[in-house]
This record gives sequence, structure tokens and C-alpha cells, in this order.
Amino acid sequence: MHNHILSIILFTPLVGALLLIFVPKEKKDAIRWIANIFALAGLLVSIPLVPWFWAQRFESGFMFMEGTPNNWIPSIGAGYVLGIDGISFLLIMLTTLLGWISILSSWTAIENRVKEYYIWFLVLQTGMLGVFMALDFFLFFVFWEAMLVPMYLLIGIWGGPRKLYAAIKFFLYTLLGSVLMLLSVLFLYFYNFHQTGQYTFSIQALYKTAPLIFHDPAYGSTFAILLFLAFFLAFAIKVPMFPFHTWLPDAHVEAPTAGSVILAGVLLKMGTYGFVRFALPFFPDVVMHPKVRGWMIFLSIVGIIYGALVSLMQKDMKKLVAYSSVSHLGFCTLGIFALNAAGLSGSVLQQINHGISTGALFLIVGILYERRHTREISEYGGISNIMPVYATITMIMFLSSMGLPLLNGFVGEFTILQGTFMENWKWAAWAVPGVILAAAYLLWLYQRVFFGTVTNPKNEKLHDLTPRELLTFAPLVIIAFWIGLYPKPFFQILEQPVNQIVYTVRGKDYPGVQAVNASIRPRDEAGNAAAVQTALNQAALNQAKGTK
Amino acid sequence: MFFLDHIWLIPLLPALGAAIMFFFGRKLQKATVSAVCVGAVAMAFVFACFAVWQYTGYAHDNPGKPFEKIAYTWMGTDTDHMNYVKRDGTLAPCHADAGFLLDPLSAIWLLFVTGVGTLIHIYSTGYMAHEGGYYRFFGYLNLFMFSMLTLILGNNYVLMFVGWEGVGLCSYLLIGFYFHRQSATTAANKAFIVNRIGDAGFLLGMFTIAWYFGSLRLTEITHMARSGHFAIGDPIITAATLLLFVGACGKSAQLPLYVWLPDAMEGPTPVSALIHAATMVTAGVYMVARSNALFVLAPGSMKTMAFIGAFTALFAASIALVQNDIKRVLAYSTVSQLGYMFLALGVGAFAAGAFHVFTHAFFKALLFLGAGSVIHAMSGEQDMRNMGDLHRRIPITHWTMFIATFAIAGIPPFAGFFSKDEILWQAWSSEGGAYRLLWLVGYGTALMTAFYMFRLMFLTFHGQARMSHEVEPHIHESPKSMTVPLIVLAICAVSAGWLGWPHSLGGSNRFEKFLEPVFAREAEVFQAEGKAAQLAAGRKEEEHTNPMEYFLMAFSIAAAVSGFGMAWKAYRDAGKGYEEPIAAATPQVYAVLLNKYYVDEAYDYAFTGRRKVKGVRLGVMGLGDASSWFDSHVIDGIVNGWGRTTRLFGTFSSWWDKWIIDGLLVNGPAILSRMLSYPLRLLQWGLVQWYALVMVIGLVGFVFYYAVR
Repeated sequence: MHNHILSIILFTPLVGALLLIFVPKEKKDAIRWIANIFALAGLLVSIPLVPWFWAQRFESGFMFMEGTPNNWIPSIGAGYVLGIDGISFLLIMLTTLLGWISILSSWTAIENRVKEYYIWFLVLQTGMLGVFMALDFFLFFVFWEAMLVPMYLLIGIWGGPRKLYAAIKFFLYTLLGSVLMLLSVLFLYFYNFHQTGQYTFSIQALYKTAPLIFHDPAYGSTFAILLFLAFFLAFAIKVPMFPFHTWLPDAHVEAPTAGSVILAGVLLKMGTYGFVRFALPFFPDVVMHPKVRGWMIFLSIVGIIYGALVSLMQKDMKKLVAYSSVSHLGFCTLGIFALNAAGLSGSVLQQINHGISTGALFLIVGILYERRHTREISEYGGISNIMPVYATITMIMFLSSMGLPLLNGFVGEFTILQGTFMENWKWAAWAVPGVILAAAYLLWLYQRVFFGTVTNPKNEKLHDLTPRELLTFAPLVIIAFWIGLYPKPFFQILEQPVNQIVYTVRGKDYPGVQAVNASIRPRDEAGNAAAVQTALNQAALNQAKGTK
Repeated sequence: MFFLDHIWLIPLLPALGAAIMFFFGRKLQKATVSAVCVGAVAMAFVFACFAVWQYTGYAHDNPGKPFEKIAYTWMGTDTDHMNYVKRDGTLAPCHADAGFLLDPLSAIWLLFVTGVGTLIHIYSTGYMAHEGGYYRFFGYLNLFMFSMLTLILGNNYVLMFVGWEGVGLCSYLLIGFYFHRQSATTAANKAFIVNRIGDAGFLLGMFTIAWYFGSLRLTEITHMARSGHFAIGDPIITAATLLLFVGACGKSAQLPLYVWLPDAMEGPTPVSALIHAATMVTAGVYMVARSNALFVLAPGSMKTMAFIGAFTALFAASIALVQNDIKRVLAYSTVSQLGYMFLALGVGAFAAGAFHVFTHAFFKALLFLGAGSVIHAMSGEQDMRNMGDLHRRIPITHWTMFIATFAIAGIPPFAGFFSKDEILWQAWSSEGGAYRLLWLVGYGTALMTAFYMFRLMFLTFHGQARMSHEVEPHIHESPKSMTVPLIVLAICAVSAGWLGWPHSLGGSNRFEKFLEPVFAREAEVFQAEGKAAQLAAGRKEEEHTNPMEYFLMAFSIAAAVSGFGMAWKAYRDAGKGYEEPIAAATPQVYAVLLNKYYVDEAYDYAFTGRRKVKGVRLGVMGLGDASSWFDSHVIDGIVNGWGRTTRLFGTFSSWWDKWIIDGLLVNGPAILSRMLSYPLRLLQWGLVQWYALVMVIGLVGFVFYYAVR
């Protein structure tokens, strides 16, 4: 169990999807029950991971490893290798939780083609989990691309009026990025062969050779920057960073509620995860290149401000929330490219926070949409008179999203901004207006939808949250308060992997690295001076013991 | 030491009250709601009294040492590996505890916040008795108490910021309490967003401090700042303190961020008393006083603060001269008094600033609660033009409010006299008189204050009755739950100032002495740094016996009395359609003042974009419109254009494929060969009989050939 926990988590949803194939499509309630049971099972099987991981949170490197490199398709060097560190652990827990919540929230929202809907949703779940677990680039790429298809279908079949446009835009845009990334990886793959004489897609192997390209006279820094840009494009589209974000509002507006929740909650995190897992360790010198880093920060800041400004003027609630995602994800990428422990920890935590808060915001919009079939802000007003419980939960999640202290958003934003400020105060100063604008667009939205008197007669008979709907919000609200009140466990989980990345990127000259060196056991033995240093120290220590 | 060790219970008690209201409030009786919420705050008050009492014992054993209690690590990890490189190239952790700090400064705030808070809670049980959403109101009030107490007791800037934003949230919720009214919810949004602008400054100030000092813990920063390693006028400390002051401007309604406070009067009156007069708005003063060790090192920030404070005081007082809404007068009065406090802080008289906060809390809460009582009696009427001659009908409200008016006008021996006079004296005497202009501004403000306050009193309680006939029969004195808090506050408004009875009048100024450990170390810094520093801080204890001080004292009493006299002359007999003296003298000035210098309008044109300039939206909303246009036309235009180009290319390719590749190159030769093969095809036209005939003919021919041969 302990050794195969990742595979179990990964394939539980897929088993559910396979089972659903054999259920006749007329039995809608049976299908719903089975899908919900498997979604819940997917969450439940991931829960043992929490205590197990917690016990090892100060260990460095990947844990719960499964498979060996090249064991899947030995001839090309592809392997079924899974493993997680603190970053992927948190994202996996987020995925299993949001997966269950989204499937639960679809019970009444989806009425036609129920069977296919749930099958695709469960397949999507496996695809997303695979992305966060894979330690082999081939395997990663399979999941990365595989998860596009179900999402495409979810938008294209169960979406709104412009669903085809949105689905195709989403699919093509994302595909465009990943193709270039594939090219770049193929280069890394052959470069690795050139260096080690071995064909492998193992990420840990590529970690060792990819950073060398920058200094390799045969290719040089410009070439390494180009390789990085290919990765950047793939991830920047996924995040999405300004100016690659326009697929997002369309996809969100057209997607069914549950699709939006997953899209915002998890799919976008694949982009930021990609930066953290691949782009930074593969190209440390490129990332530290002042021009490259400057552009990354610039795009992040533009995303924060611009996303918020566009969000402010939206007339469609869902579009407003979608643009707010652009702004929030700007904070995440800002934290990543701050490239210190504070910024990176804050960024990963903010990714979780965004999943919680924005996931909830899409559920919130979905609840009104399901009742009234419109998302126009002007159609509403005075809703808190009719749906007080709903209004309260909305207020809490809005506050969480705008970063009010003691709720989750603040902890992430504060840490990111603090980390960024320490690198360059101007970056933080430019990003801070995003915090003000977030309050403006969310409170204004709240005022227009919830406050005032009910002016539209169609809104007079709306019913408040059902117990099922309340159940979908409960875990999100609880986690929002948990992270806000006691984020230490999260920071502890992130301490090792984040410092490892900072260490890889900034090298041994960075004082932050020196201080934490003692606690880090480097992920790989080759090429890392500090690892050698530690080994030497260890050897000296042993020798000293021996002589005694 | 039970109460000190469990000091975290003080904010937690009202938090529990709020939680109970959140989960069960809807089902509870009004009596239960009152019992829980008032009880929670009253318990917090009792707890606070005991804690302060124990603290005095603790301070006796550890002179000058603040008490700190850390509950748990809140932000960051215990290992401090979540770090960053600070300015000097060494490492600092990203760290903040859920820790609590009690020293004389927080003790004073703690006592008057819980004390006044309890009274206002009791008052609210009467004031809100007939309102809907009773549990919601008390839940918010308790949540506010929790936030305010967190702000006061936090031992680091981040936790202080938690309370800081928390009180902002509660203010938002309570201003928008009557959420059916568009004006109320707009005012609520305005309050939150303007406060957020200040908060952004606070955040950046915090980061600057963390970058420079590597810590956000108040005691550590104070210790480092006083260590003598930092020069006076250090540019980074100046930047940090200016940024903190931006935060204070937002929360404490100073120019140019004061605009939210007058609008905040949309909330129920007890809220105005508690949040927008007595407690929350003084948070900025508290934060600056807390950071006194930093501000002392930044004379530039001090000067800025003194000037902004003084001019806010004058500016707001001048608006208050002509307002007709009783709560609005009080709101501008609050802005003006807060200006005084910042003037005090700016000239280095931290204790005097804190003292004015303390006395102001009582008399301004009393004024607002009194105004609430008037509004209650008048069935919701707030316009003073429709009041008059109420003094016989609501005598308790009348007398208690008069006491508060004497206090705010600065008439001895009421509370306001001592604190205001201390500020004016400090402004006069600091920096060898460099701030005398500010003294003049403060003096002018004192004159205006006396005038507009007595104007308010005469218009409300004296003159002729101007209310409508429907309202008049219903006028009644408020219930005990409302009048008792008024009386208690009135007693405080008389006597609170005696705690700071100055040396010059034979007192001992216990208030300042109590605060000495918080501010005292400055003196040492000044001695070390020489005369310049001393001037910057402007603390000249030895001059307290200056005959000038007696002269100024008499002078400011004269101002109060003449303000009274002018108001008496103008409004004593105010009947229907009474004349405003300012309007009579200079109607243009009157119009400008009545419209509050048109600042709201200017902001709406320039910053928010809620009003259009010649049909063009400027400000943030203008930017938002421009960005939206850019997004859908340019960025998405490029994306869609790319798509369309690809499709066009695809269409062309498909045409090319069909007509050129397939048509010309593939099918072309085929057609050609077909044409060429047409003659041959004639032989093969698929008629079996024909084939048979040919076959027979062939066969016959064949046979014939061989036969013939």
C-alpha cells in the first residue's frame, strides 16, 4: 500500500470511468452515484498520504517513488516513474478534493449525456493527477496531453452557446505551447544522451544535464534561452500569463460549472507547476539571466494589474472571476520568479489558495446560473434578501479571494509580496495595487448582486442552498480558515522542495542556500558543489570518528 | 499571572461571541443575543482590567519591560528556512507569531476600547431593539471587538495588520448594515477601498522594515532602532515610516484619504460612535505611537505628519462649520480631532497624542451616542434644520451632550481641555518654535471646533422647535439601556482628563508617566545624538513651567469661549428658516464649505472614474474600460486573427489541393490519359453481346484462317 499509494490514487478515478462504460446510459441516477462514489473514493485514498507525507516532510527529494527509469518503453528510455515532493503533494491533495467537489456539484447541473460527462470527468481527474506525479518526461507529456481531450469535450459538449469556439480555442492554444515544449525536451533528451550515453526521459537524469547547455560552448546561452522559451510558452499559456490569457475567459464562460472549477482550480496550476518542476531546474542560469527574469516579472505584474482592471469592468460574473484568475496567477508567477524561499513558498501556497477560493467562486456563480440561467450582473440585485446562507458563504469566499487576513489568500499574497520585495522593492510596489483592485472588483460585484432590494421579479423565488450544495462549500470554507489561521504545516511541507529549487537556481553563492545547506540533502549527487561539500564533511566526520 | 498568561483570551472572547452569532444567531432570541454579545465584551473588559492590573505588578518587577506572550508560530516555519536576504546581505526569516504584547501603550488602548466598547454594546441593545438583523449587528460588533483587540495586542506588524484589515472589514459590514440602501453599500465599499489604499502603504512599509531590520516583531524593531546604529534621517527608515503613515492616513482619515469617514455615517449610530469615532479610527495613531522608535529617526516623516495632521484638522473643522446633518458635523469633527492627534505625534509629543485619543474616545463616543439618542427621539430625523428646542424633552441626552461639548471645545476642567492644550503647547514649543505656524492652525481649529459644536447644540436643543407635526408628539427620552451609557461616558468626559493634569497646574500628569517606558528611551537617543534630535522630537520637559504656557492656556480658553459666544449669538433663537452667519457674510465660501470643497466630485472625476469628463471616463474605471477594449480587440484580436489567418491559409490550401495538386497534377495526367485513351475505350464499351460477337467473329476468323490454310 505504502509503495503503491500514488498509483492507487492515480487510477481510482479511471477505474470508475471504466466501470461507468458498462452502465446503461438511461440509468442516470445510478451513473451519478457511481461517479460520486469513485470521486469520493479518489479523495479518500489520497487521505492516507497526508499522515505518511507529514512524517517525512523534512526529507529532501522525491518520496513514495514508484517504478524505475526506462521500465516502460526501454527502447526509447521512457519509464513509468511516479514520485512526489511537498509541492506536488499539496497539488495532488487539491486535485482530489476539487475533483470530488466538482463531481458532487454536477448532480443537478448536468442533465443530458450524463454517462459520457462523468466518464470524461473521471478520465480528466486521472490525467491531472498524473501530471503532478510523473517523474518521467514522456509519462508527464502523455498525461499533459491526455488531459486536454476530456477538458475539450467537457467544454465542447456541455458548454454554453459559444462552446465550440471556446473548446477549440482552448485545445489549439494549449497544444501550440506543448508542441514547442516537446521539441525542446527532445533536444534535452538527445543532449542527455550526448553527455551520458544513455537515452532517457527520466526527469532526475535531465536535471543533471539540462543546466549544462547554458555553459556548453557548442550551444551557448542564447540557445539555452530559446529552449527555455519553448517551455515558457507552454506553461505561460497554461497559467495563463499575460498576454497568452485570452483563451481563459472564453473557456471559463462556456464551460459547465464543474469544468470551470477544475479548470481554474487545477488546470491552471499545471502551468505554474511546470515552471517550478521543469523550467527552473532545467534552466537555472537562464532564469537568473536578468533580462529573462525581468521579462517574467514584468509579465507577471502586468497580469496582476491588467487582469484586475479588466475584471473590474466585466458585465458577466463568470468572466469577471475568470479575469480575476489572471490577476491572481500573476501573483503566483511573481512569487516563482522572485526566486527566494519566501516568494516560492508563497507562490505554491497561493496556488492552493487560488484553487480553494476561485474554485469556490465558480461554484458560487454556478449556483446562481443553475437557478436563473444567466450570469449578467445586471440581472441580479438584492440576492442576500432571498438567499442569506448563500450570501454569507459568498462573502467569506470573496474575502478569501481578496486576501483578507485570517483567511487563506492573505497568507499567500503576503509571503509572495514579501519575497518579491526583498529581491526588488519596485516589483512589489507595482504588484501591490493588485490587492487594492481585488477589493474593488469583488466588493463592487457583491454590491451589485447581493445588496439592495430585489428589483427583478424573476429573482424573488430563488431557493437558498440545498444541503448538497452546502456540502460542496464546507470543505473549502474550512480550508480557507485553516490556511489563514495556521499555515505553518503548509510552509513546513514546502520548506524542503522550495529550498531545493532555490538552491538549484541560485547556486552556492546565495546566502540563503548556505544557511539551509545543513538541512538539505541534495536531490542529486552529480554536479552540485554543495552536495560534494556535504559528502566531504560527512567523510571528514567519519574519519574523525574513526581516529577516535 | 493568570490573566497575563491568558491574555489571548481577551480578543478571543468577542470572537466566540461573533462565532455563536454566525452559526446560531438567526435562531436566538434578542435577549439571548444581547446576553451573549454584551457579555463577551464585558468579560473582555473585566479580563483586560485584571490583565493591566497584573501588568503593573509585572512592570514593577521588570521596569520598562513589555509583557509578551507567544501563542504559536503563525506565518513561516519554526526552522526559519523560509527566508530572504535582507539589506545587509544576511538572512532573515519570513516569520510572524500569533503573539501578544502588553505594555503601557497597549494597556491604555485595551482599557478604553473594551470599556467604551462595553458601554456602546449596552447602548445598542436599546438603540437597535426594533431593528431587523439584530443578531447580525451584534455579531459584527463582536467581530469588530475581536479585530480591534488583535490590532492592539499583536506583538508584530503582521498580526497588527490582521486586526487592521479586520476592523476595516467590520467597518465595511457595519456601514453597509442597511444593505437595502444603495447609499449605504456605496459608502461601505468606499470605506473598504480607500482603507485598502492605506493598507497597501502599510504593507510596503512593513516590507521595508523587514528588509532593513530583518524582523517584524515590534519589540525587536524598537530595540534595534534605539540601539544607536541608525542615524537620524536614515532615508530607508524615512521611507518606511512614510509608508506606515500612508496606512495611518487611510485608517485614521487624514488628508487625502479622509473621504470615506464622513460617508461612513450611513451605518447605525452606535457603529459611528464605536468604530468611526472612539476606537477604529485611532488605530493609525496607535500604529504610529507603536512605531515611535522608528519615527523618531525620521524627522522628515514627523514633519510631514505634523503638517498633514494640522491641515486635516483645519480643513475638516471648516467643513463642519456649515453641515446640517448632525452626524456629519460629528464626522468632520472626528476627522479634525484625529488631525490634532497626528499634529501631536508629528511634533514628537507621542504621549500627548495618545492622551487626546484617550479623552476623545469618551467625549466623541458620548457625542455620537447622544446624537443617536436625538435621532432615536426624532424618529430617524438627522437634519438639524428640523430640530430645535429639544432640551426639555430629552433632558438626559441634552445634559450629557453638553458635557461632551464642553470637553471637545476645550473648556476646563473637562477632559478635552487637558489633552488639546497639551498638544497646542507641544506644537508651540517644539523645535524652538519651528512649528508655530502649526500652533496657529491648531488654534484656529480650536476656535472653529467650539463654534461648530455649540452651533450643533443650539440648533438641536435650543431655539424654536422646527420639526414637523407628525414627529413632534413622538419625541421621548431614550430607554435606560441608552441613557445609562450616556451618563457613564459623561462622567468620563469630565474626569478622564484629570489623569493628565499637567505639571504647570500643579498636577503630576500620571498619564504621561505611565506611558514613559514606551516613549522614554527616545530621550536617551536624543542625548546620544545631540541637540538636533532633541529638537526633532520637540520634547522639552523643562519648559513646562514657562509662563508662556499659562498665557497660551488662557488664550485657548478664550477661543473656546468666543466660539461659544458666536454660536450663542447666531443660533440661540434659531427659528424656521434661520440665517447662517457664514452664508450671510460670504455665500461663495459657504457654498464651497457646504459642498465639502468638492473633493468627492474631484475624486470621482480623476481617480475612480465614476463621473465622466466630457463623456470620457478617466481614473481606474477608465483604465478598466481601456484594458477591456485592448483585451478584446488587440490581444484577442491577434489570437483570433492568427486563427483566421490559419483558416484562410487552410481554405487556400484546400483550394490549391483540390484544383492545383489534385486537379492539375494528379487528375490532370489522368484526364489527359483519359482523353488519349478515348479511341481505345471505343473498343471496350462493356457490351457483353458485342464482346461475344467479336469473340465469335474472331473465333470464326481464326478457324477460317487455319481452315483455309
